[in-house]
Amino acid sequence: MSEDPRWLDGNALGGLLQELFGAEMTGAPHTCQSCGTESPVAAHRLYLGAGTVLRCPVCDQIALVAVALRDRHMVHLTGAWRIEMPRV
Amino acid sequence: MPPFSRGFRGRRVDVDPARVPPGQYVTRDFPVLSAGPTPRTPLDEWSLTINGAVDEPVSWAWEEFVALPSESVTVDIHCVTKWSKLDTTWTGVSVDTLLEGVETDAGYVTAWCDGGYTTNVPLEDLTGGRAWIAYEFGGEPLEPEHGGPARLLVPHLYFWKSAKWVRGLELRDDDEPGFWEAYGYHNYGNPWKEQRYSGD
Amino acid sequence: MAPARIAWRLAAVKDVLVETPRAKTLVLDVPGWPGHVAGQHVDVRLTAEDGYQAQRSYSIASAPENEKLALTVERLEDGEVSPYLTDELGPGDELELRGPIGGYFAWRSEDGGPLLLVAGGSGLVPLMAMVRHRAANSSTVDTRLLVSARSSEEVLYRDELARLAAGDGLAVHQTFTREPPAGWSGFARRVDADVLGQVGPAPSQRPRIFICGPTAFVERAADLLVGLGHDTAAIHLERFGPTGG
Repeated sequence: MSEDPRWLDGNALGGLLQELFGAEMTGAPHTCQSCGTESPVAAHRLYLGAGTVLRCPVCDQIALVAVALRDRHMVHLTGAWRIEMPRV
Repeated sequence: MPPFSRGFRGRRVDVDPARVPPGQYVTRDFPVLSAGPTPRTPLDEWSLTINGAVDEPVSWAWEEFVALPSESVTVDIHCVTKWSKLDTTWTGVSVDTLLEGVETDAGYVTAWCDGGYTTNVPLEDLTGGRAWIAYEFGGEPLEPEHGGPARLLVPHLYFWKSAKWVRGLELRDDDEPGFWEAYGYHNYGNPWKEQRYSGD
Repeated sequence: MAPARIAWRLAAVKDVLVETPRAKTLVLDVPGWPGHVAGQHVDVRLTAEDGYQAQRSYSIASAPENEKLALTVERLEDGEVSPYLTDELGPGDELELRGPIGGYFAWRSEDGGPLLLVAGGSGLVPLMAMVRHRAANSSTVDTRLLVSARSSEEVLYRDELARLAAGDGLAVHQTFTREPPAGWSGFARRVDADVLGQVGPAPSQRPRIFICGPTAFVERAADLLVGLGHDTAAIHLERFGPTGG
């Protein structure tokens, strides 16, 4: 939808997500709460502002916002997510 | 503290430290940061509106807007992601000019933008010569990736408050946190007090 | 894929190899490296003496079978990080990195094929890790690599690709968008449906497809492949962007 060449994709968020969730997440499927499209994190569009915004590749609806505040990370998730974490 | 990378400086410049707010690093670059895709509103569909707690909303089409009295200013800008850029030059219409003749008791403003971005600023921080709607940067028309055709410019606050692709200023009696404020960034954002995050 | 919580590690630079006028490969010793899958990347973090930090992601160029970790970095003219990595860093230096990262854009030889790998410029790096992994496993999976570059001197791993392409089911195609080499009779234009159609495999063979490069290149190639009838779900993309330099 966006012709903007400045965005990256969710692959670039892989390091942060693995740090925060302890699991590889670039393949994690997300279902957009706006258009219903299901696609992996890696296929989503990544925008870097004050914080990090991940958007649906079809309709640009926000899927995730990650901010690094002074003493904590906060991750806001929208839509439906399936995150798999290995059992130890 | 992570280990040093021998010989690494990045693209930074040495300046008078008095001009650098705490925790900031001065750069020659002009990094592009954004919460979403660059909007591409054609100028013939563009307008700027003052609305909200006013008797009558006021609107300017592009040609009307650029015909308003404008000023060129040189200011330092400070991004919450730690880069600062000094002596940036902008041309724009002072918010004071836009508010001439607008009657209001409102104490707050929400800037609203193409693409859905918002930010909140006390009205007094947009007046008294402290804010503009800028449409030129460095003597050239403001590029879309930097907020063109026009953005809010409020250099005394962190630059996320200088909303790109601004389309209106909504005057409000109550203070409504904007996009980044709602996600944990400081409600006011004074770089000299290092007010990056809520609670700072 | 069963990754642990990833941590920053200090890698030791063992060697810096010149690949092209603008690209170098950093050969690293990474203590405690857990191993990786071809296609994955690392995050690299630089810290200046005054505490200033910059972080970028770089694809791993080496096969998982290789003892040392290799990253190939292209120097971006106005980059903040890449010029440091290509011009300043040398053997004996240390580099902070974390990884491996990414499970979506990754291929193991047991995943099978056929494989279609499409590279725009330095997007070849993670795909080369796949090609190297394939060779290290003596795999004969039908693999077609299409590399788009401005000129022949900008093609990474030129000689190695020529050597590998001489065997076992790997076909290497190149297209030059600015200056083809003298006497070149191959593709000399931006990747289009015709180029992709000729490189194959056909959609009916249901290839796994990996495309890497600048965002605009990747978007375009993916759209063209879908237009040719390839399954969207079989197409894996990794976009390199201008926000990293």
